[in-house]
Amino acid sequence: MLSINNLSVAFKTRKGEVNAVRGISLNVAKGETLGIVGESGSGKSVTSYALMRILDAGGEIRTGDVTYSGIDLRAASEKDMRDIRGREISMIFQNPRAALNPIRRVGHQIEDVLIRHAQATRQDAKEKAIAALKAVKINDAAARYDAYPFELSGGMCQRIVIAIALACKPRLLIADEPTTGLDITTQKAVMDLVGDLAKARGMGMILITHDLGLASQYCDRIVVMKDGLIVEEDVPAQLFTNPQHAYTRKLVDATPRLGASLRTLLPPEARRPEPKLRVQSNPLLEVRDLVKTYPGKSGPVQAVKGISFDINAGQSLGLVGESGSGKSTTSEMIVRLQDPSSGNIIFDRQDIAATPSARFMRHPMRRDIQMVFQDATDSLNPRGTAAAAIAEPLARIDGMRGSKLSARVAELAELVGLPQPLLSRFPHQLSGGQKARVGIARAIALEPKLLILDEPTAALDVSIQAIVLNLLVDLRAQMGMSYLFVSHDLNVVRLLCDEVLVMKQGDIVDRGPTAQVMDTPSHPYTRALIEAAPQPPKSVAA
Amino acid sequence: MSPRAKMILGRVAQAIPVILGVVVISFVLTRALPGDPAAYFAGPAADAESIAEIREALGLDKPLLQQFFYYVGDLARGELGTSLTTGQTVLADLAARLPASLELTLVALLLSCAIAIPLGVLAATRPGTWVDHLCRVLVTAGVSMPTFFTGIVLIYVFYYLTGLAPSPLGRLDFIYLSPPHVTGFYLIDAAVAGDFETWFGALKQLILPATTLALFTLAPIARMTRAAMLSALSSDFIRTARAAGLGSRKVLYGYAFRNALLPVVTTLGMVFSFTLGANVLVEKVFAWPGIGSYAVEALVVSDYAAVQGFVLAMALLFVVLNLIIDIAYALIDPRIGLN
Repeated sequence: MLSINNLSVAFKTRKGEVNAVRGISLNVAKGETLGIVGESGSGKSVTSYALMRILDAGGEIRTGDVTYSGIDLRAASEKDMRDIRGREISMIFQNPRAALNPIRRVGHQIEDVLIRHAQATRQDAKEKAIAALKAVKINDAAARYDAYPFELSGGMCQRIVIAIALACKPRLLIADEPTTGLDITTQKAVMDLVGDLAKARGMGMILITHDLGLASQYCDRIVVMKDGLIVEEDVPAQLFTNPQHAYTRKLVDATPRLGASLRTLLPPEARRPEPKLRVQSNPLLEVRDLVKTYPGKSGPVQAVKGISFDINAGQSLGLVGESGSGKSTTSEMIVRLQDPSSGNIIFDRQDIAATPSARFMRHPMRRDIQMVFQDATDSLNPRGTAAAAIAEPLARIDGMRGSKLSARVAELAELVGLPQPLLSRFPHQLSGGQKARVGIARAIALEPKLLILDEPTAALDVSIQAIVLNLLVDLRAQMGMSYLFVSHDLNVVRLLCDEVLVMKQGDIVDRGPTAQVMDTPSHPYTRALIEAAPQPPKSVAA
Repeated sequence: MSPRAKMILGRVAQAIPVILGVVVISFVLTRALPGDPAAYFAGPAADAESIAEIREALGLDKPLLQQFFYYVGDLARGELGTSLTTGQTVLADLAARLPASLELTLVALLLSCAIAIPLGVLAATRPGTWVDHLCRVLVTAGVSMPTFFTGIVLIYVFYYLTGLAPSPLGRLDFIYLSPPHVTGFYLIDAAVAGDFETWFGALKQLILPATTLALFTLAPIARMTRAAMLSALSSDFIRTARAAGLGSRKVLYGYAFRNALLPVVTTLGMVFSFTLGANVLVEKVFAWPGIGSYAVEALVVSDYAAVQGFVLAMALLFVVLNLIIDIAYALIDPRIGLN
């Protein structure tokens, strides 16, 4: 149905031309689901924008043919392309909330497409838009018709984006990272919905994702892209059990999965023996009856409902839950950026909840509790160098100055594996993995006893994630730190944590040693989370 | 609609303490000014006795607090006092002069928007092309020349050299009679009276001063429109709209422009405020009987009542303006007023 032959795309930038896609060929048959898997910068999204001819300014198709049902998409006029987009080939995007016009009712956004492609008239548009909402299984579709995107959850917004894409019953759907930024159970619901709809309508689909596990679960065939080239193409089971290309093997290895250990995520040549971890039996942190209440529109909302737990010295505790479960609120209270409504946070036998967060900056224990933030880019000052970011806590809290300071910064960079020349760079000149290292170096600069990690690898590619996770376990062994690891990715938690807490709606619903909680989940919610996580086919590569 | 209506009502309620504050400040400010109005009023030949007499007649010998209560009492009855310079009541002066300033400012802003917004949109859709450069040049030129200079250049070219414009002497040439007072806006009043000769005469007088002001206000509006459109056009939802095959007009106006309007409305409000206050230079150059020149003249001679009236009128105007902007916000953006 769709065939791409020797496609290459180049972008004009200030530093000259960048070849984003360098001569790729692929086919999608009617009703087939093709996965395009690759890390950021591999050209997988650009390929799809090029075939839809919606490249950003500066992007240009250089060579190749794109043929859809006998139509040459490269030669088609812009007017013809507008008829094809949304009618024959549709797209859904990552970050669904941003993908919708924030100030237009979702129902009207669906109508725009229906009317554009003459699938509805002004008279019956509303009726058909509601039908489109029902098709994506939105509860109370008639009421949602009048909603604005900000009134809906992320998963709901993605359903709307899907409704827009499928309103005119296209024959090919391109899904560009459709579940990035969604909770794991929402991810499953959205993917199942798209899969079922594609099957029911005999629709072809291209699933673009960085998650090899997700692609293997929903695709008939997968192509792996790297640096604008297709390096391998196969059915999922073959790709996992017998990857041919070195890069595919690296990706398969780096994908967290059942039965893998931290070191096996790394390429074989980089695997060092696992460090010895010492977990002591005395608690470093005791949280007792912690409550956080926010004033809400209709009465106070309890974000955290009186939870208690301990972290022993040297231990790594995982905190798992979906958005809105209160896990971020909990970690922010412990790191003393927020004040609890009631309860105690006893750190090293001292109740630090008694000191208001605004004054905790000058508390002697400030240095002992540090945090690695979720978004490595947003948590660095864009106008400050890497060295300045790492030096900040040293200068502020230790009052370190001059050559002593720069020596310590260099030492920390060495510790996290950040090459010295990169220290003078600004965040935009660093890669995602390098920025993550800067964030970690800054957090461990004061040699804290407890490090709180808020989804530190969520925005990273899997191969970088593997390296960062291994770095974290090495640092923990070396410095004897305790970790509170906040994540929604159970496969990652399994690798890094000794014990795990599962939070739901402000309560801890399940807890225990990681292996026990994950292998024999007792609580139905834990089971739902584990089942929702994509499990790639067992690989033999490890 | 109910939460939005509530938000608008709340916003109106918030304006009340601001107005009370303005009443106090306008009183204190004028009393704090140097100069003795009684001495001015009495004239240069007066002796100490007649000055004291006048001071008593004006109520200026009373304690400040008592003067303040008189002032508030007068305000409550809608009396703003009498101007020492014009001999008219301040209310009558304001009623005559405020519409003149408002008419000039509004026409200037309409003109400015009519040029700046399309220019900004064009510049944003074609960054780096000649439209973009033209936009930049026009904007820089407009803002870098002081209004009195632009005004004089325009008079020189269009009145003195070519004679296309009428003499820059006020709102209406002496050959016309001013239209019967309805709103005080000549363009509106003349249209209401059906007197299109006068309407045209008033428009001719307006064009040069309005152009002068418009050139000056072009810059912030065009720049903000361009920046807001650029950021709106690079948003994810524009990509969604394009991928759904929507036409370029729909994408540009239905999706991008409405989202870009918010910062433009903010800028517009700010520009309106400073133009209304700052167009005294233009009023002087074009002998425009506006409120800016009235206030400056009153200030020079410590005309308490007139200055108080001016400050009060402007403050009320700004409160109303901010209210209108907030309501415009709520109408454009459904997210506002619900958090």
